Amino acid sequence: MIELTKESFQSEVLDCTDKAVFVDFWSDGCEVCVELMPDVHKLEAKFSDKIKFASLNIKGARRLAISQKVMGLPAMIIYSKGEILGRISPDEIDENIDNVESFIESIYKNL
Amino acid sequence: MEKIYDTIIIGGGPGGLSAAIYAARSKMKTLVIEQKRKTGGQAATTFEMENYPGFPSASGPEIMGKFREHCDKFGVEFTRGKVEKIEEAGDGFLKKVITKDAEYTTKTVIVGTGAEPRVLGIRGENTFRGRGVSYCATCDADFYEGLDIVVVGNGNTAVEESMYLSKFVNKITMIVIHDEGTMDADKAAQEQAMQNPKIEYIWNSTVTEIGGDEMVDHVMIKNIKTNEVTKFACDGVFMFVGTVPRTSFLEGYVDLNPQKYIKVNERMETNVPGIFACGDVTDKMLRQVVTAASDGSIAAVVAEKYIEEEENWNKNVRSSDKPVLVAFWSPINADSLNTITQLEKLHATNSTTKLVKIDAYKNHRIASRYGVSDIPTILKIENDKVINVVTNANMNDLNKII
Repeated sequence: MIELTKESFQSEVLDCTDKAVFVDFWSDGCEVCVELMPDVHKLEAKFSDKIKFASLNIKGARRLAISQKVMGLPAMIIYSKGEILGRISPDEIDENIDNVESFIESIYKNL
Repeated sequence: MEKIYDTIIIGGGPGGLSAAIYAARSKMKTLVIEQKRKTGGQAATTFEMENYPGFPSASGPEIMGKFREHCDKFGVEFTRGKVEKIEEAGDGFLKKVITKDAEYTTKTVIVGTGAEPRVLGIRGENTFRGRGVSYCATCDADFYEGLDIVVVGNGNTAVEESMYLSKFVNKITMIVIHDEGTMDADKAAQEQAMQNPKIEYIWNSTVTEIGGDEMVDHVMIKNIKTNEVTKFACDGVFMFVGTVPRTSFLEGYVDLNPQKYIKVNERMETNVPGIFACGDVTDKMLRQVVTAASDGSIAAVVAEKYIEEEENWNKNVRSSDKPVLVAFWSPINADSLNTITQLEKLHATNSTTKLVKIDAYKNHRIASRYGVSDIPTILKIENDKVINVVTNANMNDLNKII
């Protein structure tokens, strides 16, 4: 899992062409994000042939997150060639890793 | 052999952890099933906590960390899972607690699943979730640095979370449904909020709609006195309009009130023998860490007594091969002491029955199950059925029942 910064977001995510990119937006203050993180890491192994996994701590990258229409955590977005393929919001995640997995699955199967 | 717990506590918030501390300390085999990786419940994500006695300046996560440490000290077992169902194991005593991946057997269950923030259901609330609508200040405060937000609600949570948010945002406008100066939060919290220069108020009003393009940029505010609706610009909306209990897995099994909170008595007993509840999930007046902790301790102590009573009853009465005379007495009732003494003497000369003495004061549940209200009362029980009842017995009656 790549830890993104506001500097690397463009090259690692938006300009990435070989794979789709999953971005987990999080922060230290978001208990649910911290809670889900280890399980998100586990999902990487399952989907890594077609999806690159990355996370962005919004602390210090708040404007970048807002530019991606993220204003509440946890939030996760899958990009492909600079376009957003799908996103999952806090209520859809509902503190449950299974919801994250089915979100990724739904996009993965069409890649 | 299958592992049987004395108590399984569902939910690792302050109520459940307090129950666990009391249970494990009195040597009950105790398991806490928590859905999340981190225990502590809602309190673990509430930064501002000024009213837990003895901790004037600790945060919610710190205090909940101490609760957990205390559990670990007494050897409480923890596991992660979401309970889907509780059912009777079939022997009239044991219960099964079922999660997605496991099934546990236990003598008692203490439900402390708590409550979660209520969704108001207004237009735009769902659409903009995560894009300007939030239910968690500690989660999302960072996004709103220097921005203007609206807070919906006026209870303790709304006020405490606004105080926390005021460290980040430019301005907070609290939308309060009551008349000017009236809030549901306690006086101390209100005063702090009133003195906070970043917090402003709109009284007699509700939010009827949350709107924006891709992100929230306004709310519609309705004055409930004049019915006038105005558009109010903001960058985000925090909703603190009460909570709903997590009880869907209990519906149809345990009695709930119309708002779906669990009905309990002052002993934290539900209508189902052996199932107790504590904390925010119960039908109660004050939902605080300190009251949840209190509930938890009561639930654990009553659960322990329940096990003792039931096991004693099963061993001495239900599985007896002879008819049983059950004498309900009380150490503070002189008549009952007399009756017991006489009964013991008579019984010594006749052994076709078994004599079991029950302290009705300590074994309140069994007494009330058999409708025993007068002391002394003697029941004759054969094959688990009452075949004779004698109340306030004289010598004649005693002779007869023996």
